[in-house]
Amino acid sequence: MKAAVIVFPGSNCDRDVAVALEASMRAKPLMVWHRDTELPKVDLVVVPGGFSYGDYLRCGAMAAHSPIMREVKARADAGMRVLGICNGFQILTESGLLPGVLMRNKDLKFICKDVHLRVENDRTDFCRYYRSGDVVRFPIAHAEGNWFVEPKAYREMEDNGQIAFRYATAEGKVDAESNPNGSLGNVAGIYNEKFNVLGLMPHPERLAEDLLGGSDGRLMFDSLVEALS
Amino acid sequence: MSQITPDILASHGIKPDEYTRILEIMGREPNLTELGIFSVMWSEHCSYKSSKKWLKTLPTKADWVICGPGENAGIIDIGEGDAIVFKMESHNHPSFIEPYQGAATGVGGILRDVFTMGARPIANMNALRFGDPSHPKTRHLVAGVVAGIGGYGNCVGVPTVGGETNFHKSYNGNILVNAMTVGLARTDNIFYSAAAGIGNPVVYFGSKTGRDGIHGATMASAEFDENSEEKRPTVQVGDPFTEKLLIEACLELMATDSIVAIQDMGAAGLTSSSFEMASKGGLGIEMDLDSVPMREEGMSAYEIMLSESQERMLMILKPGKEDVARAIMDKWELDFAVIGVLTGTGRMVLKRHGEVVADLPIDPLAQASPEYDRPWVQPAKLPVVKLEDVPAVAPIEALKTLLGCPDLASKRWIYQQYDHMVMGDTVQRPGGDAAVVRIHGSDKAVAITTDCTPRYCQADPHEGGRQAVAEAYRNISATGALPMAVTDNLNFGNPEKPEIMGQIVEAIKGMGEACRDLDFPVVSGNVSLYNETQGAAIQPTPAIGAVGLLKDVSKHTTIAFKGAGNSIVLFGETKGWMGASLYLREVCGREEGAPPPVALHRERRKGELVRDLIDQGLVKACHDVSDGGLLVAVTEMALASGIGASLEAPSAIALHGWCFGEDQGRYVLEVGADDLASVLEAAQGRDVGARIIGTTGGHSINVAGQSATVEDLKAIHEAWMPAYMGAEMSGH
Repeated sequence: MKAAVIVFPGSNCDRDVAVALEASMRAKPLMVWHRDTELPKVDLVVVPGGFSYGDYLRCGAMAAHSPIMREVKARADAGMRVLGICNGFQILTESGLLPGVLMRNKDLKFICKDVHLRVENDRTDFCRYYRSGDVVRFPIAHAEGNWFVEPKAYREMEDNGQIAFRYATAEGKVDAESNPNGSLGNVAGIYNEKFNVLGLMPHPERLAEDLLGGSDGRLMFDSLVEALS
Repeated sequence: MSQITPDILASHGIKPDEYTRILEIMGREPNLTELGIFSVMWSEHCSYKSSKKWLKTLPTKADWVICGPGENAGIIDIGEGDAIVFKMESHNHPSFIEPYQGAATGVGGILRDVFTMGARPIANMNALRFGDPSHPKTRHLVAGVVAGIGGYGNCVGVPTVGGETNFHKSYNGNILVNAMTVGLARTDNIFYSAAAGIGNPVVYFGSKTGRDGIHGATMASAEFDENSEEKRPTVQVGDPFTEKLLIEACLELMATDSIVAIQDMGAAGLTSSSFEMASKGGLGIEMDLDSVPMREEGMSAYEIMLSESQERMLMILKPGKEDVARAIMDKWELDFAVIGVLTGTGRMVLKRHGEVVADLPIDPLAQASPEYDRPWVQPAKLPVVKLEDVPAVAPIEALKTLLGCPDLASKRWIYQQYDHMVMGDTVQRPGGDAAVVRIHGSDKAVAITTDCTPRYCQADPHEGGRQAVAEAYRNISATGALPMAVTDNLNFGNPEKPEIMGQIVEAIKGMGEACRDLDFPVVSGNVSLYNETQGAAIQPTPAIGAVGLLKDVSKHTTIAFKGAGNSIVLFGETKGWMGASLYLREVCGREEGAPPPVALHRERRKGELVRDLIDQGLVKACHDVSDGGLLVAVTEMALASGIGASLEAPSAIALHGWCFGEDQGRYVLEVGADDLASVLEAAQGRDVGARIIGTTGGHSINVAGQSATVEDLKAIHEAWMPAYMGAEMSGH
């Protein structure tokens, strides 16, 4: 598998995800600067977390209009895998690669903590090492993760299996208490219709090593390597 | 007619005797721009004029110290070519006036001090002190400061890994916001601020200069009165996105061998950065202020020199390196301008619109700033509170009171608003004795903590100074790391009052003793004086930030109990010291008595023993005993894991003294059955008092026939802060 990580000014998690990818791929991913207009030929593009352009205007809004995102979009339309994490998820919704919007957390504060997620669809390249119904632990670190989409679109997404992860209790119960940010249906991550684009607010790369407190996230990168090699 | 009236001098905080010295240095009357430059350079904040005499007595050297106080930050060698650069700095006055921006720019400033020296910031910490929770301003200040620290630190992508927060009425009108940054550099690529090379270009980069923050350094050196909030326009506004770009641009440029010297523009902005660089290099500077990138039209020389606009840097480039530097700044979309040249004159010559607007000698200003030997009086020693004179409250009941009191209650509400995991190396997150952050791509890690017990310092500044250092040493040791060096942030009241000056002198003496005996040198620091409102001073707060080294990160230990059926071992003597304790204050409502003494020679021996045992893998969990005493420490280990404990109190000491006395120099260890004999034997061999005080297991804390479930205790511990801050919503 060949992978690239897009680096915007203010991307803070570019190195973190590169480290996690390297551990699974046993090779370094390419780092692509936001002003580049040519995207190398790769199997996977990661749009990392952080504060691209300082999150000024609206999270992800400015990055979505950068030259490199036009190229990412064109390749995604042609089937390339794209993973957007946290600010990367926001950029993907702003770019129109994923449906819905990410609004301010319900209690208006930035939240950094581990959360439990229920895996909703394991039949994708991102989640083949998980099983639907599994509970995994990833950290979140965001102020705008409150995902919303129109009810009709939401029902279609559910019917299509486009919900990737939902916030849940450690036992896998999806309830209001386990929802950290007020997102519709406790949604933490979603796929596009073709399942080649995944966006999620939690950070799989932050718990991909036991020394850091857990390795549930590692399986996502292992899944991608297995699927795309 | 003289342009400089007594009113102008007063508004610049210049005392009559200082003005006499200015006239001597200048040989003429200064103009307003020149006077403004003197005022910021000689402010307490920049000159340390009241504390310098005493700061010089602190130990600053060790084999592993690469750079001690006097530069932007201190530097220690952690082996394999890696160096740790760190410092703590206050932003107290601005944070009281405008909590969000005050705290945010405090984080920005300390980050710049560290990356200016060639280090990538890898962790932030903060030590916060607020007023009484019932004071009408406290909640608003907590909310603003925490949001400001998070807003800035999260955006720049540096994890905020821990800190401490206290509440006390003495901070009602003067909160303390002390921010610390730890950075990682290579020992062969460290940058200093001494200018060199006559003819070399003086380069400005970063954000544009505006009118914000003019006279911030002077404000930080005056007492507050009822009109202080009118000073809001002098608080700077931070832009963390630009700071992030500045970090990346600096580190990229530092890899190109282009920089002679570099300095951030902190307090007193372009003035102090240019004077310090020139003074350290024994050179002069000629600057054309028309070239300074400006945000606003029509700025005067006075405003340009005194602006404290954030995210700005000054550097001396090697000849011919302007294009290399400019290309990197263009890539990161930062302003870049050659604004002057180094000269051999030893003078600062400033031009604006083609005319010389200031011409000052550099060394007399930068080095001959006033140094005061202010009169001081020895603080009175307080009586020792006898254990038998302190009422005995049932241990579980008192435990619940303590766990839910503002100083001990969980600070989760705060640290969940800080990204403490970005950069992917946070091994121990907030909530333990010290944070542990791995050195990226290696098996090493640093342990980081901030400590101070202001109620001890109030009761006895000397003993309090010793204790702050000793507690930092213990917190580092409890993770298994070797304590390496400290940074200090000395927060006090008005030094012109002999009793306050006495607190400063004694606290520094106490800190110095502890640092010397524990081989724990001071490598950087900051002083914040005049923390008084309408004559009422804060509790003396010499905050200590400390760094330790773990050679093998996999051996680090946390405070959480690891399993049931293990022995709980206490190192150190328990006599039930009640003076200045949290039990006395929170349970009995009494703030009195001498604080517990620290025995430094035993402190060191115990620290070494704890670290050795952790290194040998004989310790499952470790926690130092501090605020609230032994029962609180054991409960914190249970709360971190959900595993309970049963304790057997000795009969030789009153139960409340054993549970809540704050005797110093103690650690609680969790030890497995197989290792117990080895641990006790090692303690005996090192002449460290060790005692088995109980066993882990179950779901409750049991002591003297009473118990409470860990779940209930956790609920109490977690409840206070969210409930207190939750009232904010309804209150506004």
